[in-house]
Amino acid sequence: MRNLLPLLLGGTITTLKIFTLTLLFSVPLGALVARGRMSKNPLISGMINIYIMIMRGTPLILQLLFVYFGPYYLFGASYDRFTAVIIGFVINYAAYFAEIYRGGVQSIPVGQWEASLVLGFSKAHTFIRVIVPQVIKRIIPAMGNEVITLVKDTALAQTIGVAELFRVAQSASARQFSTTPIVIAGVFYFIMNGVVSRSFDLLEKKLDYYQ
Amino acid sequence: MSIISVENVCKNFDELGVLKGISFTLNEGEVLSIIGPSGSGKSTLLRCLTQLERIDGGSIEVCDMLMARTDESGKVIYSDAKTLKEIRLKLGLVFQNFNLFPHMSVLRNITEALINVLGKSKGEAVAIARQLLAKMGLEEKENAYPCHLSGGQQQRVSIARALALNPSVLCFDEPTSALDPELTLEILKVIKDLAHEKMTMVVVTHEMAFARDISDRVIFMDDGLIVEEGTPEALFNNPTKDRTQRFLSRYTNP
Repeated sequence: MRNLLPLLLGGTITTLKIFTLTLLFSVPLGALVARGRMSKNPLISGMINIYIMIMRGTPLILQLLFVYFGPYYLFGASYDRFTAVIIGFVINYAAYFAEIYRGGVQSIPVGQWEASLVLGFSKAHTFIRVIVPQVIKRIIPAMGNEVITLVKDTALAQTIGVAELFRVAQSASARQFSTTPIVIAGVFYFIMNGVVSRSFDLLEKKLDYYQ
Repeated sequence: MSIISVENVCKNFDELGVLKGISFTLNEGEVLSIIGPSGSGKSTLLRCLTQLERIDGGSIEVCDMLMARTDESGKVIYSDAKTLKEIRLKLGLVFQNFNLFPHMSVLRNITEALINVLGKSKGEAVAIARQLLAKMGLEEKENAYPCHLSGGQQQRVSIARALALNPSVLCFDEPTSALDPELTLEILKVIKDLAHEKMTMVVVTHEMAFARDISDRVIFMDDGLIVEEGTPEALFNNPTKDRTQRFLSRYTNP
């Protein structure tokens, strides 16, 4: 029991690393994907659409296995497991974020573009100063949902052998013939998601000054 | 002196002719009302003038600058981007549903274009905005957000926003259609005051009494064509065309 807490905290750090790096890369990548999905070029939007369909239509666990073992079977190349986890999570979450962004952008009334155009704003200025701030407000609830799911999804990293919180708890549990480590891990996830949902609540409140 | 000159303008939406050859001129200081049934093309005409739609034929000239013309083969040629932007700033547009920026305060709704499009300093922009808000009777509201204003107040802010760029012509696209009768009067009074100041205006409206009251000239449109055009007295008292009579009779004997 004495060694349990440091062990679980170590696993938590790995979990938080996966969580943070995934968000760091997938939030901007999602914007790029959304841009491609809304492209007028049918080749680009078609290809992006297929990518999104695959990411959303297959299990994340399978995607992780594919990202890590795919290069090995195809070219005999092996690489760092943690890197593979990050790549797998980023390309998966970017697809979900992209669809949220797209929905947000398309939900802004066309009148906002028209008013900006008549006032002489450039397209870039309109997008950055008029559209994006309104999109952010609209997508916060959906983003909150995804980010909470991400906290729990990090447990899938163990499928390619990365010892995150759940894996550490499971093996401790097996060694000690006790469910305590798993219950504690559950409490840890709950606390992390408490922080996440509180942050999103605050963000929502902060943007409450207009409708 | 003519500020807007429109010649034989056509516009199609998916093969469907919405404007079928519209010609008119607008002179400086003149108030022109465009009336007609829904779907007659009035709003589309306004949207072509303000470059929210591209024309499919004819020509438009604004303040002696060519916006678009049609060559011998029937192809529409628009001027270069710089001219188009210059023309855009000559025309202000007030929308039916205001289209204020909901995330910006009333003051910033007005200063945003002054600073970022006309390149005015923040101090200058704020001074212009405050002056216009005072004129609209909204000096108390500069820090409010659009969602906290009544429809009439929102529309007055949007008029101030359009006036801030000092346009040569102010266009109104059914400015009172989203408002109740009381708020409608509030907006009509603002437009009337602008008319007294000799602001050049094009007003697309369903308010017949108002059109008759403020206009120097009225155009009646139906099915993409100008049916009749004249002074408000002539058009409302003695319409010559059968179609105009039928349309106006719905307003006088409902």
